[in-house]
Amino acid sequence: MKADPRGVLTGTHYLDGDFACGEGAMAAGCRFVAGYPITPSTEVVERIGRRFPMMGGTFIQMEDELASMAAVVGASWSGTKCMTVTSGPGFSLMMENIGLAAMMETPCVVVNVQRAGPSTGLPTMVGQADMMQARWGSHGDYALIAVCPRSPQEAFDLTIHAFNLSERYRVPVLVMMDECVGHMTEKVVIPPAAEIEVVPRRLTARPPAEFLPYQTNGSLVPEFARAGDGFRFHTTGLTHDERGYPVMTPECQAKSVRRLLDKIRLNAGEIARVEEEDTGGADVVVVSYGITSRVARLGVGLARERGVKVGTLRLVVAWPFPEARIRELAARVKAFVVPEINMGQMVLEVERCAAGKAAVVSVPHAGGNVHDPEAICQAILGAAR
Amino acid sequence: MSTRTDDTTAREHPIAPFIRMERMPHIWCPTCGIGTVVKCYATALADSGVDLDKACVVSGIGCTGRVAGYMRLDGFHSTHGRAIPFATGLKLGRPELLVTVFSGDGDLVGIGGNHFIHAARRNMDLLVVLVNNFIYGMTGGQNAPTTPLTAHSSTMPFGNFERPFSLPHLAASCGASYVARWTCLQVRQLTWAFAEAIGRKGFRFIEVIAPCSTLYARLNKLGSGLDLMRFYHDNVEIRNGADTREVDIGYQEKIVCGKFRDEERPTYLELMHEHYRKTLGDRYVPMPPEGGLIRGED
Repeated sequence: MKADPRGVLTGTHYLDGDFACGEGAMAAGCRFVAGYPITPSTEVVERIGRRFPMMGGTFIQMEDELASMAAVVGASWSGTKCMTVTSGPGFSLMMENIGLAAMMETPCVVVNVQRAGPSTGLPTMVGQADMMQARWGSHGDYALIAVCPRSPQEAFDLTIHAFNLSERYRVPVLVMMDECVGHMTEKVVIPPAAEIEVVPRRLTARPPAEFLPYQTNGSLVPEFARAGDGFRFHTTGLTHDERGYPVMTPECQAKSVRRLLDKIRLNAGEIARVEEEDTGGADVVVVSYGITSRVARLGVGLARERGVKVGTLRLVVAWPFPEARIRELAARVKAFVVPEINMGQMVLEVERCAAGKAAVVSVPHAGGNVHDPEAICQAILGAAR
Repeated sequence: MSTRTDDTTAREHPIAPFIRMERMPHIWCPTCGIGTVVKCYATALADSGVDLDKACVVSGIGCTGRVAGYMRLDGFHSTHGRAIPFATGLKLGRPELLVTVFSGDGDLVGIGGNHFIHAARRNMDLLVVLVNNFIYGMTGGQNAPTTPLTAHSSTMPFGNFERPFSLPHLAASCGASYVARWTCLQVRQLTWAFAEAIGRKGFRFIEVIAPCSTLYARLNKLGSGLDLMRFYHDNVEIRNGADTREVDIGYQEKIVCGKFRDEERPTYLELMHEHYRKTLGDRYVPMPPEGGLIRGED
């Protein structure tokens, strides 16, 4: 369906990534946001708090991030699209109910404007070190989706995409921004509502007597019933059967966990998204995401001047990881170079998929600012040798 | 005699329509008080005439946390301590819902204490039923923020030396609009309290003292659940309107019960609507009672 025009601020704007992310959420149909202030993400909810009262949306500043995430899961069961926004320390607190959202199969969006950690770290300065936490941070086996915007424009576009994916697969979708993108101001074009495709909540058409909340009928994603429509359904964070009732057996556990993973794993081809440049005849491919993909471009330019055939691959969707594409490239390139503002996280995935067929060079950075393009260039030159 | 037995078994239990009977037997121990609380709540719900399709129960984790799974209503068994913020989101996402939080003392005022005080402060439109058995039941009898001084628990094997919360006082001082305490013995008063609270708005708090024979009574050598009920019979003092500063519960001391507060105060949603109407005028578009769901044509 097309976007609800009340949430769409059509026009050409000069916005920072945080504001653009907020605009993306409102355009996607988000009408409930719970959040707790934390630098450098707060501008997202400040933007929303200013505009929500004019479009039938409710923003509440909760007492902490545990509550913010719990409120978002609760609100999603009312059928209202919802989101919360945070940065590293708050993201840690949200892990508990991100797991609940995954287990209850609750559509919702969580924005993490990454700053440097661990712990309180560098509150106002950039990091990209929550990438593995995004994938594995809550306990137990589950799968979710994470997108990585590189610009304010993409903060807008990918936030809409995040909502659409969360509705389609009934998973929490993480918008893994970083402080640089969040605080960078650039041109953002917001199209007319009629040009924005949004996925509505997929409410079941079955009558209550024939509805089971976790029956999938061969598909991987169950149909949704919202609270208050007479379904009188139950859902729980405990391992549950198709009725949503707790079943404490290894058999039910195996079946449930398998499907939670399969709905992402088996659809990874459709969900994973990369952007490539000049990977065709490349000897070295630089894999990066977020702000680092823009810095890497400078490093790539320097390496090209020195005669190296370099291509780039940007992770637009980081999770699920584009395993198939990295495997294909590994068969024909000499090396991957992976700069990221952490001490080596997504590089582990590249290594796993390259499986020894191509060299993999990490270009770590502990955070606080971006890479020196020369460091990336040197890594490329080293890898090409 | 046999005729009477047949009659009893043939008749459906009056609250069966409110219970997921296919899930019986429940997990609660014999003489546990939680079932009684559910019976009183269901009776009040039936008598209140509210639209049951709009009634939701949200629970956290623990023995009382299982209520959301046994009642035939939209029921959410959330995470430990987070029933109140989960319920807050549910209510704000679809304001016409009647949202009741059902959970235990460890869940709501131990791990969830921060959410409890803030929801009361906001006068969030939730009915919060807290079943207080003075101990962590499901995990095996550990000390709770409600365990009376000197009572024994598995993690205070020489007796509790931490001062417990007085829950009516906590709720009232944080801003709850309705505050009552009853025990499982006063089933009529408890049922009336539920009925009354269902008809009120804002943050309504009902503490129910319930026997836990398996852990609290056993660890303290207090006998069976029946003995605890007998204790309530002999030691409950009903004082409606009592000052909540004076309703602390000491170990095996009198338990003051009653309705302590019943005030009409604007709720979170009322304050929000009023404030935005005042400051934004016609520009204010409130979320509709049926929620912010955006329907597609396809």
